[in-house]
Amino acid sequence: MVSVPVEITINGRVFSGEVEPRQLLVHFIRENAGLTGTKVGCDTSQCGTCTVQLDGQIAKSCTVLAVQASGSTVNTIEGLSNGVDLHPLQEAFWNKHGLQCGFCTPGMIMASEELLRNNPSPSREEIRHALEGNICRCTGYQNIVSAVEEAAGAMGGS
Amino acid sequence: MTTRSFGSGIRRREDPRLITGRAPYTDDIKLPGMVHAAILRSPHAHANIKSIDTSAAASQPGVVAVYTGADTDGVLAGMPCAWLIPGSDLKTPEHPAIAKDRVRYVGDAVAVVVAGTRYEAEDALEHIEVEYETLGVVINPKAAAQPGAAQLHDDVENNIAFTWAVAGGDADAAFAAADVTVSDTITLPRLIANPMEPRSAVASYMAAMGELTLWSTSQNPHIARFLTSVVTGVPEHKIRVIAPEVGGGFGSKIPYYPDEAITAFCAMKLGVPVKWTETRSENYLATTQGRDHVEEVEMAATSDGTITGLRTTVYAGMGAYLSTAAPGVPTILHGLMYSGAYNIPNISGTIYGVFNNGTPVDAYRGAGRPEATTLIERLVDLTAAALDMDPAEFRRKNLIPKFENGHDVATGIIYDSGDYELTLNTCLANADYDGLRAVQAAARAEGRLVGIGMATWVEICGLGPSQVAGAVGFQGGLWESAIVRFHPTGKVNVMVGSSPHGQGEETTFAQIVSEELGVPVEDVEIIHGDTDNTPMGWGTYGSRTTVVSGGAIAFASRKIKEKSKELAAHLLEAAVEDIEYDDGRFFVRGSDDQAKTIQDIALMANVAWNMPEGMEPGLEASAFYDPPNFTYPFGTHLAVVEVNAETGHIDLQNYWAVDDCGVQINPMIVEGQVHGGVVQGVGPALWEGVVYDDNGQPLTGTMQDYALPRADLLPDINVASTTTPSPHHPLGLKGVGEAGTIAATPTVYNAVMDALRPLGVNRVDMPLTPEKVWRAINDAKNGG
Repeated sequence: MVSVPVEITINGRVFSGEVEPRQLLVHFIRENAGLTGTKVGCDTSQCGTCTVQLDGQIAKSCTVLAVQASGSTVNTIEGLSNGVDLHPLQEAFWNKHGLQCGFCTPGMIMASEELLRNNPSPSREEIRHALEGNICRCTGYQNIVSAVEEAAGAMGGS
Repeated sequence: MTTRSFGSGIRRREDPRLITGRAPYTDDIKLPGMVHAAILRSPHAHANIKSIDTSAAASQPGVVAVYTGADTDGVLAGMPCAWLIPGSDLKTPEHPAIAKDRVRYVGDAVAVVVAGTRYEAEDALEHIEVEYETLGVVINPKAAAQPGAAQLHDDVENNIAFTWAVAGGDADAAFAAADVTVSDTITLPRLIANPMEPRSAVASYMAAMGELTLWSTSQNPHIARFLTSVVTGVPEHKIRVIAPEVGGGFGSKIPYYPDEAITAFCAMKLGVPVKWTETRSENYLATTQGRDHVEEVEMAATSDGTITGLRTTVYAGMGAYLSTAAPGVPTILHGLMYSGAYNIPNISGTIYGVFNNGTPVDAYRGAGRPEATTLIERLVDLTAAALDMDPAEFRRKNLIPKFENGHDVATGIIYDSGDYELTLNTCLANADYDGLRAVQAAARAEGRLVGIGMATWVEICGLGPSQVAGAVGFQGGLWESAIVRFHPTGKVNVMVGSSPHGQGEETTFAQIVSEELGVPVEDVEIIHGDTDNTPMGWGTYGSRTTVVSGGAIAFASRKIKEKSKELAAHLLEAAVEDIEYDDGRFFVRGSDDQAKTIQDIALMANVAWNMPEGMEPGLEASAFYDPPNFTYPFGTHLAVVEVNAETGHIDLQNYWAVDDCGVQINPMIVEGQVHGGVVQGVGPALWEGVVYDDNGQPLTGTMQDYALPRADLLPDINVASTTTPSPHHPLGLKGVGEAGTIAATPTVYNAVMDALRPLGVNRVDMPLTPEKVWRAINDAKNGG
């Protein structure tokens, strides 16, 4: 199998390497960059656990090839905070019990971050609509919606 | 000053590591020299294996080894079924980890490739040549039990794995004397649990020491160790099972799987660590599924609205083999619950566990109780309708009246405590039931299909006692244990054998220690999920962990309190009888200015400079808690739907839940469990269900085809509770993990049937997809 060079900036750090052209971005993030916060939940871009931000827009990293992302900037859950000072969304997911097993949470938070950038004061219905590409099996979504609502308020929306 | 946190909805201590993406799940584990396994799965639902040629696969790039069932001969024992229900003719045909002569469902393991990378392993799978001779296929559990159906196992006549009966009173006499009888056939579709984390296993074998370490996405690491020993032959004390973060299970991570045994086998053969992680497609083929019932049921009543009898004939699909706990689900956890929340004096049920060419079935959230509650609650609505009674009023008339310390039901079990009318009345009040019926009447006058449905439910959970586990054939115990260990600084480690996977019990367990001993909740660390540093436990399922492990933690804490009192008496130079305790402080009655805090006691017990004669150093206690009975949470749920008569689309508009799980440790967590549970119960009513074609090929093979509840399909859920403590539990707990799932399926199903009632439609098979509902409406309009 041929290899091609890729260089991807993930959370402000440059990761480069030779990868197979078919390697998925999610596997580059998890294996090459060692950032396991981004999860693989399905094979079909349905569940959203692998959601990252690719050049500022959310993308399901299981349907992007690493070579496609070469030269791009990727943000993952590990880049959202330093792990001590939480992002308002992380704080709100904690406050509102917006997670149980936590497996969908990184993708859910990355999708919510984009939503709030584009719509700082979403209604509950708008939040539900924005998150329909991210499946959670634990929470019944209600507390996730409440968490995004709270974060919107904390970030200056209403 | 108070450090008590019991009953308070404090934030979960688990969350910081999860919301920052820094918590390790099994697939995140990397070991030096690790290689990767991929499993070849049968493309046929039923076939003889004529030959397997692995030579081309073995020479593919990166391939380390290829194994088939023949390689496991004499090394791996068959997969165990661990619930051998008594009083039945249970058959347990051999279930090899890797199929040898015959495959019996799409997804049955046929071979395994180990390679340097997962990509290489999966590539090589395509080079394994298998010659199959296809055989007849049967999927529907009732059809599978009929003479002439394709036979899965040569020595299991009519595919009937077991026949199990439950009886109380004289059901036939009740039906003969009844004024009204109703009957129905209810199908509970096969469901996929869909934890967001696929299953995974990492195995490492140190041949020099004979030690096997297995990281696993398991709900019950100690059971996984036990069964790994049974299957691999490695002695149990040489096996360490670690369940790190587990991304949901909902029952599907209880069983012991061929895949874990295969991963361990590869690691033992190769002497290097091996990782296997399933894809979602594999999860849909090879992870156990739930429900799959065909229920032929009938209810008898007198003209004054009194239920007098219930009869059932249930065909429960088991899939191709009996999974670990499978036989207990449609029997003990289902048939024994036929009385529901009602006085039903005469009950007779026959349950056939039936092999079919599907993925093996095992526990899925609620396990047996949603299947029981749905049939009872549907019959209650049908009987009320036959008597022209309001369904709420009919329920109220038949509910078991409030009781505080035990109530016998006809199936032979004893409910612990209940006030079923209270949750019914609370739910009706919260929803403004009379107002809803008025709105519905107005909508119906406009020709709109608005429905109101409810379910009044009770469940069996808090699984124990062990004596009963033995009596009902469960090949294990149902107790839990805990070690509570105080360090010199007064900080506390609690080691528990049960291992939660998202339920938040690291927080609620710490709240129990805080409640019992007055320690700040943040000073208590909960250790679980690793068989090497936790005491034996039987696992997290059946809403038992907070109840049973929580009981063990409470009793261990109480032992510490007793020792602390003795040490305080010694330090304060007083008699033990004169020592009082309040909120983490021990003092002589009447003079609390001279108190010793629990932290003082912990330091003194650990340094042991000044102890009463004969007292052992240290402040640590372990307790084993074997509950004296099951617990029986209950509640009432109510939903409003509107059906679009043109499209068959169902809009779930409002949902109210009132549940009683006894005393609540953390109401925020309880409410979260109800939210999630309700959505998992709504799923099969409206959307979820495995579909096979006539050849046994699953047509719902990915999340694109299997409809899961998504955020935009659901309303907010109005959650409330009442508190009826369990009389036999040290903290009054009952459990809540499955409540929503048990209640929501019949609640939503009844609501849709209520919406369709003016058209004369009273039965549509679940899931109630728009197409099926549209057809039912059209048939009714056309006089069908």
